[in-house]
Amino acid sequence: MKILVCISHVPDTTAKINFTSDSSALDGNGIQFVINPYDEFGLTKALQLKEKHGGTVTVVTYGDTRVEQTLRKALAIGADDAVRLDGIPTDPMQVAGELAAHVQSAGYDLVICGQESIDYNGGIVPGALAAHLDWAFVNACIGLTLEGQQADCLREMDGGKEAVKATLPMVIAGKKGLVEESELRIPNMRGIMTARTKPLIPQPLAGTTPASHPASFTKPAPKAAVQLIDSSNLEELVRRLHEEAKVI
Amino acid sequence: MVLIFAETWNGHFKKSTFEAVRYGAQCATSQGSKAVAIVVGPCAPPVESLGAYGATHVIHLHGSDRFEPFAFAAAIAAVAKEHDATHIIVSGTANGKALAGVLASKASASAISNITALPTGFAPLTVQRSAFSSKGIEVCVSDARCTVMVLVPNALGAGAAGSDTAQVEDRHISFEGKSHPGDAQVASGSIPLPEAERVISAGRGMKGPENWGMIEELATVLQAGTACSKPVSDIGWRPHSEHVGQTGIQINPQLYIAIGISGAIQHLAGVSGSKTIVVINNDPEAPFFKAADYGIIGDAFDVVPRLTQALKAYLSN
Ligand SMILES: Cc1cc2nc3c(=O)[nH]c(=O)nc-3n(C[C@H](O)[C@H](O)[C@H](O)COP(=O)(O)OP(=O)(O)OC[C@H]3O[C@@H](n4cnc5c(N)ncnc54)[C@H](O)[C@@H]3O)c2cc1C
Ligand SMILES: Nc1ncnc2c1ncn2[C@@H]1O[C@H](COP(=O)(O)O)[C@@H](O)[C@H]1O
Repeated sequence: MKILVCISHVPDTTAKINFTSDSSALDGNGIQFVINPYDEFGLTKALQLKEKHGGTVTVVTYGDTRVEQTLRKALAIGADDAVRLDGIPTDPMQVAGELAAHVQSAGYDLVICGQESIDYNGGIVPGALAAHLDWAFVNACIGLTLEGQQADCLREMDGGKEAVKATLPMVIAGKKGLVEESELRIPNMRGIMTARTKPLIPQPLAGTTPASHPASFTKPAPKAAVQLIDSSNLEELVRRLHEEAKVI
Repeated sequence: MVLIFAETWNGHFKKSTFEAVRYGAQCATSQGSKAVAIVVGPCAPPVESLGAYGATHVIHLHGSDRFEPFAFAAAIAAVAKEHDATHIIVSGTANGKALAGVLASKASASAISNITALPTGFAPLTVQRSAFSSKGIEVCVSDARCTVMVLVPNALGAGAAGSDTAQVEDRHISFEGKSHPGDAQVASGSIPLPEAERVISAGRGMKGPENWGMIEELATVLQAGTACSKPVSDIGWRPHSEHVGQTGIQINPQLYIAIGISGAIQHLAGVSGSKTIVVINNDPEAPFFKAADYGIIGDAFDVVPRLTQALKAYLSN
């Protein structure tokens, strides 16, 4: 079985976000970039599936040379090889188009994405990729077992979950639950050493045109100072929630 | 024209549907075009009632009673193409998110998600969205003839219902999906978090799952949804579906009450869109107080039951 894990390279969750002085882009200075947390679940799931069913796990990121450190980390965690689609994406439809071109050229049985990238929070790429490929798609996937070509998935819905059956090849967009937090793999010394010699191949783009572009970025206005209310006077809190905040 | 996906659950419109219809109607008015809602499958309330939120027409598609992203996307894209839709509005519910990317591709559209405001321009479409887990605001411009616009539920409001009714067209079509939805379990009576107007959330400060009774009681009094911090769901005190934050569910309720939660940056990233935040914590140095509107320094085990009583007393008046 050939599995592809699509990995977004995103600011660490603790990063303070700043934008360039002309407001046109993220200011990456001083920010540490990591594997998108949703994709970490996907990578671990892919490695578990490989151990059970055999095959290979490839990771792919569409980005410039800066994303290579993130791909190396994925190799250190256990992926067999990595592909970098060489360019700087600005739009989810473009990312989906480029990923689809790679999937079609290399041939995979299963593509695992994350439910969203924690940078631009698009949540668009996986579904658009599945549509490009004309493969089944399960979003918010919190469980996956395979038997031959048959996939049994669990999908999170508003206020619950549902079982979904599909036939490979397919695309899933995963989140916590796909594997548990405690199962997440981290690179060990041997992994880090072998990662250096695993293939990480830059590939030229197919040339998909973006369908949208960012015009500017700003930070939300800072919040006013908290109003502390004495814990012996909860009626005062209730009154303010009604009269000031108008939320009850 | 502006097409709106009017999502139903169990044969009823979701609350977020009214918000999406209102949003679509406002976009249509700004451009002098029509707002057309599309309803799929069985629907108990009369579908013409969407007129109350500004839809002038409703296309009611019969032939499917279960959400499947490909089947729904193909049906909606076909209507969009037939009417040369320029905007397709979808609420960012679980199904809306599953649909959006597939639909954008099928409709040869661009996709802008996480929208938190009305567009500031239509030629080209220019609209504000939330990015970097609420740590940034992006103004995004569509370069395509048609745009799938995914709204953050609860961020915009549906406004008051009017009395207009929409003109309805019924169609029977065949839906073709690529996957097969089976058993579904939905917690009965619970309010889905992305839709909840009020959310009561608790963290490790609650000491153990046996202490959640007081959290649920407070939620019941306020008709609120219940949520928790990540470690609480990781240790299994509460289900994963309650985990809010950067790597959990992102919410924008009117009122968020955080109890025994320290306010780590990853937690705040998922809840800072809340209109009013109340923090109850016994540590005056807890970082959450910096992000709160109202703060109570105190022991949750003392404060929460008394707050529930105070609210009960207030609400019964
Ligand atoms: C990659 C990554 C992603 C993450 N994503 C998320 C996320 O999506 N959501 C999330 O929540 N976290 C997330 N986290 C974890 C986050 O960093 C914090 O560890 C977590 O939010 C802390 O949870 P907590 O506030 O419940 O617990 P703690 O930090 O232990 O805080 C407990 C609080 O309860 C207070 N307290 C104790 N006793 C009482 C009492 N009797 N009465 C009142 N108050 C009391 C304490 O003063 C303290 O402030 C993430 C972390 C990482 C590394
Ligand atoms: N530049 C990228 N390269 C590879 N995969 C990506 C990229 N952007 C998004 N993805 C995948 O799509 C998922 C959802 O991303 P998004 O739609 O951008 O929120 C991510 O979790 C990744 O699996």
